[in-house]
Amino acid sequence: MPLTLESRDRAVLEGAKGEGAALAMRILVRMAEVQGATRLIDISGAHIDSSLYMGDATLEYAERLAAGGAAVVVPTTLNVAGVDAHGWQEWAVPSEWASKARRQMDAYEAMGCKPTWTCAPYQTEQRPGFGEQIAWGESSAIVFANSVLGARTERYPDLLDICAAITGRVPAIGLHLDENRAGQLHVRLHGIPEAVQEAEDFPSVLGHWLGGVARSRIPVLDGLVTIPNEDELKALGAAMASSGAVALFHWIGTTPEAPSLDAAFQGRSPEETVEVALDDLQRARAELTSSEGEDLDLVVLGSPHFSLEEFRALAPLLKGRRRHPGVRLLVTCGRGVKLIAQQAGLLEPLLEFGAEVTVDTCILTTPMLPSEIGSLMTNSAKYAHYTPSLLDRRVVFGTLSDCVESAVEGRVRRDDGPWGIAHG
Amino acid sequence: MADRVLPGHPIVEGVAKGPLLAADEPLSFWGGYDAGTGRIIDRTHALTGQRAAGAILAIPETRGSSTTTAVLLESVRQGNAPAGIVTRGTDAFLALASIVAEELYGKGFPVVSLDDEGFAEILGAAGAEILPGGEIRLD
Repeated sequence: MPLTLESRDRAVLEGAKGEGAALAMRILVRMAEVQGATRLIDISGAHIDSSLYMGDATLEYAERLAAGGAAVVVPTTLNVAGVDAHGWQEWAVPSEWASKARRQMDAYEAMGCKPTWTCAPYQTEQRPGFGEQIAWGESSAIVFANSVLGARTERYPDLLDICAAITGRVPAIGLHLDENRAGQLHVRLHGIPEAVQEAEDFPSVLGHWLGGVARSRIPVLDGLVTIPNEDELKALGAAMASSGAVALFHWIGTTPEAPSLDAAFQGRSPEETVEVALDDLQRARAELTSSEGEDLDLVVLGSPHFSLEEFRALAPLLKGRRRHPGVRLLVTCGRGVKLIAQQAGLLEPLLEFGAEVTVDTCILTTPMLPSEIGSLMTNSAKYAHYTPSLLDRRVVFGTLSDCVESAVEGRVRRDDGPWGIAHG
Repeated sequence: MADRVLPGHPIVEGVAKGPLLAADEPLSFWGGYDAGTGRIIDRTHALTGQRAAGAILAIPETRGSSTTTAVLLESVRQGNAPAGIVTRGTDAFLALASIVAEELYGKGFPVVSLDDEGFAEILGAAGAEILPGGEIRLD
């Protein structure tokens, strides 16, 4: 069946709302055809990853839409930008990059998007409700919205998310539809000690392994002993969406569409069942470290953006201590969370420690790191996954306390904790 | 060996000819493709270090980041995009980059999908050409 457009869609296509809106609708309709949609549906919110400055092309695209008078018609938040609008001078960002990234930010603000500038809008903004149809970009936010909130979004790529926000419409396909949200891959733990499941870095490691196995399928996690908090779900999802293309996972007894195994699979049989053993996870954990040595120049936390709860966990670890002069400690977060953390008195211990905070962006999306920084350490699987290729630098994956101890000592310190014992 | 023609499904129409770069491994263009050189930079990928600009790139699908489209669009602007891309099944990200490139710069690139069997065949081919209607000639 071919795509059927409503008369209001055709009017936009024909220019009734200006050239910018017509361009957005043209792209949206062509994509609906590519994806085999037969109709468009309304959305009630959007999150825009197109805000990332990736060179002149993304800037020209944003300015073309804005100059054509395009404006968003649903509440729309903005993902990270290409620059920390007010703090970039403290780092190595070239001024030409900063000014072009700033122009791109202005174009999206001119279209009526909210200047949240975070990859984790669910930390401070009104959250979409269960079953709500939305169009979100940013792989880690998409998997969180679908899996943890039970809202419905396809995996919107950069360039298309803004078209959805401008038109308020999306192709009725994929994860927008009930029947496509059933689990596909049944994931069972095989002999993984409880102490390992309770390890702080377990969600990141599991997610990193699972992304490679699931690719773009919907995994269903079964038989875990822990009840994860939101930051653990954030880390799990972000890891799977980096090593794979997972946009939705179910966790029996934890996520809203998975009260039972039967519910998670919508009564169907899994396409495949996989068992994960301890050595699969040991290997996955080892993969997140690209550097064997103890050299360390920068500890970086906050991908996806650091939450208030994470600031709350970090502050006591830093209190009364001071970083080694040869190591910087950077936290990346949204400007909203930074403000709340500041008001909660959580930033003082950081600043006294000698740590720094960057908002609006992250180390992967702005060229902020000076060349003398060659060795990084992080507790984020997403940072660890992308650092070697995007930044051409070495990285060590560790827990939050490993990261702090290393920043104090000036060289990589890792406590394998339950991983080491289980290995022994 | 005689040339063989596979019946592909045209996701974005067009024709293209170039050296073939094929691997049975998904690729994220963000962190995996350098728009300034057209090289594949994901060190864990089978095609790492190879220049895909002007080539027919065959990968099963994209993976990971939703920024793949932006990187690919920038590579079109800089003249470093693959001449055509072949996937196993429809990959919307690749199609989008081509569609927006056509709107902004008047030049996209063909995107063709193959079924499992066809994709397995292209993996073993020496060269490939994308013909009108999504057909792919292997040699």
